[in-house]
Amino acid sequence: MANYCRKRLLQINKTRSQTTDKLTIKSILLMNQQAKLTRRRFITLSVLGAGGMLLLSRCANPPLSQWRILTEQESNLLDALAEQIIPADEWPGGRDAGVTNFIDQQLAGPYVRFQDTYRKGILAIQETCKAKFQKRFEELPWEEQTRFLESMEAGKMEGENWGKGFDRQFFRLIRDHSMQGFYGSPRHGGNKNNVSYRMMKLDYPVIIGQNRYNS
Amino acid sequence: MGNKHVNAIVVGAGAGGGIVAKELSVAGLSVVLFERGGWATYDDTDTDELKSQRTTVLGNAYGPDDLRYKRVVVNTDGSTYIVLPSDGGYNNNAACVGSGTVSYGAMAWRFMQEDFKLKTTYGPIEGSTLDDWPFTYEDLEPSYEKAEWEIGVAGDSTRNPFAAPRKKPYPMPPFSHNREAKLLYDAAKRLGYHPFPIPMLRNSVPYGDRPACIRMRTCCGYACPVNAKCGTQNTVIPIAIESGNCELRINSVVSEILVNEQGKITGVTYFDEKNRKQTQTADIVVISASATETARLLLNSKSKFFPKGIGNENDWVGRNLQGHAYTGAYGIFKDEVYDDLGPGASVAISDFNHHNPGIMGGGVLCNEFIRMPYAFTGIRPPGAARWGKEHKSFQRLNYKRVAQAVGPYQEIPNFESRVEVDPAIKDFWGIPVVRLSGTRHEKDIEGCKLMSEKAELWLKEAGAIQTWQSIGGRGLSGGQHQAGTCRMGNDPKTSVTDKYGRIHSVSNLFVADGSLNVNNGGFNPALTIMALGYRVGGYIASEWSKGNRFK
Repeated sequence: MANYCRKRLLQINKTRSQTTDKLTIKSILLMNQQAKLTRRRFITLSVLGAGGMLLLSRCANPPLSQWRILTEQESNLLDALAEQIIPADEWPGGRDAGVTNFIDQQLAGPYVRFQDTYRKGILAIQETCKAKFQKRFEELPWEEQTRFLESMEAGKMEGENWGKGFDRQFFRLIRDHSMQGFYGSPRHGGNKNNVSYRMMKLDYPVIIGQNRYNS
Repeated sequence: MGNKHVNAIVVGAGAGGGIVAKELSVAGLSVVLFERGGWATYDDTDTDELKSQRTTVLGNAYGPDDLRYKRVVVNTDGSTYIVLPSDGGYNNNAACVGSGTVSYGAMAWRFMQEDFKLKTTYGPIEGSTLDDWPFTYEDLEPSYEKAEWEIGVAGDSTRNPFAAPRKKPYPMPPFSHNREAKLLYDAAKRLGYHPFPIPMLRNSVPYGDRPACIRMRTCCGYACPVNAKCGTQNTVIPIAIESGNCELRINSVVSEILVNEQGKITGVTYFDEKNRKQTQTADIVVISASATETARLLLNSKSKFFPKGIGNENDWVGRNLQGHAYTGAYGIFKDEVYDDLGPGASVAISDFNHHNPGIMGGGVLCNEFIRMPYAFTGIRPPGAARWGKEHKSFQRLNYKRVAQAVGPYQEIPNFESRVEVDPAIKDFWGIPVVRLSGTRHEKDIEGCKLMSEKAELWLKEAGAIQTWQSIGGRGLSGGQHQAGTCRMGNDPKTSVTDKYGRIHSVSNLFVADGSLNVNNGGFNPALTIMALGYRVGGYIASEWSKGNRFK
């Protein structure tokens, strides 16, 4: 069982180590430490018996999501939204650049204050899609998805879920956060492999001291 | 254990306070310099766009933090909302040793002669508290010179015909222009304007035992990896500490100025790095906490002598808050104008800074600092897609083909644009927070429009194939250029301090930061704040040496 927990963590680490910047490495180290701690705790708790059972039951039903805050279903929606905001062309889009990973990471950090807005917005989108198309947003055809977001952007959504301009507000939030995930520093979990920097022909990382210019 | 009594307390280790601490400590006064933040280094902050001083969506790299600080903003309809330091509406100034001078763009402007006598130049303006300064440019000139030589400025003092007269040139030669600045320089010449290299508080050659600039693209909004940018944290503050007379007390939040039974200032209370409330006494107190926080501290220091806050007998503390309405234009060029030669801004024209028919003041126009990729996602011509395929293509095709000419329009001082303390909301330490209200003067927009038109014309002449204006709005502005809330003046009824920054009603309490500015110039105000630091600090030191103990 302990082995399972460790494997599971390693698996998560693998998914998350898409970016190779310092912070991710730091966080992996931290997680490995936590994995060790969990094992030690497992042993201690096993000895204690009842506690061991508690941990056992947690390991028998490991959390279904690989994310910090999001559920798998929520992450599928955010992937679809990010791909609409920054679609793949000759360069990868929002989904492959790790925008969802960026948002998940921030929701557990500085964007903790947006957790409720995300839950409310995700619910509003999916309930509207269910009522209108009997499908989840991410199952809609591309053009339908685009039209849906255009309505949100224009503030044309109807129904209780979207009162008081929430459609526009949530659209702006999704757009801004997707842009941040795609165009911001890879240290925050997005911009995988410096994709936006490469697309925009910006050397990155900057090599300090290479001083190749006249002053 | 109590703190030892000192000669002077300086609150705030920024552009003004760092200099005052140095002036006093080298003159032999014992000084405690308080800073609410800590030391900020490049290693901690890096080139991370989302957590910089330019884009703060993930927090302020140089403080303050979102967990302990907040403010209240009053809408025009009277309703209020709470803002965090990483929100734009907070009007943040960095909380670290050196404050904004660690991460600023480092433009080193002297105000013009007209800026010290706006009322004489433009007459009274309805709805404005426009006034002359209690001294002239010539009076401040020696302090400007000191700031340029002690902190370090690179520039060419012979090239701007509109600049006020000076005695000494800059200590360092000017920076070369990057590709877009060269195009704009030539275009300005063709238009009959007078382009010149922007004076910068940045080493163009080794200076002050620090190396020359390596032209990072992340400069404005970021700390310097090689310490080539000149702030108070790497110039005067180390000198103050080395003097042996100055103790820098970091992560210490000053909460109140103490007043004794005779109405004299005796020191301050503060929360130390372990959040313990402490007292520090001194003969003199100097507040250099920025226009918003200096006003807050004065207003939060209520006593039987000062029931409305210190210096606030006539309700002038916190009034006339000014920042800058940034206004200008964008242009898309046929070929790439971006050559990755940072920090970007290098050419300026001061042709529209004063004497524009029908307009009060004006401002300097410059090419802009390099915009990082996320900032660029918001830069689009009117009608262009804000997301989706077209938006992404624009990002890819035009990032290196867009240039911006922009400048700070000198705001018309407005009494109703102000800082108060909120009656209910408190910060982490239980100190009532800043409450911001008001708008810019209604006529500001005319000046902004004029500057944007000129900027667009300039970009077109430089070869832009598509241009559009971005005109400064009317919203309250303070931000990093915040100023005006403790105005200097000769009349105690219409100002807070005298011409040396001393609070009119108190003999041993001074202000030394942008709060003193009667108006904020058509320029970035950092060098002027530094000059005021030298003026106030120099005055106190020279009086002290004559035996004046400000009793």
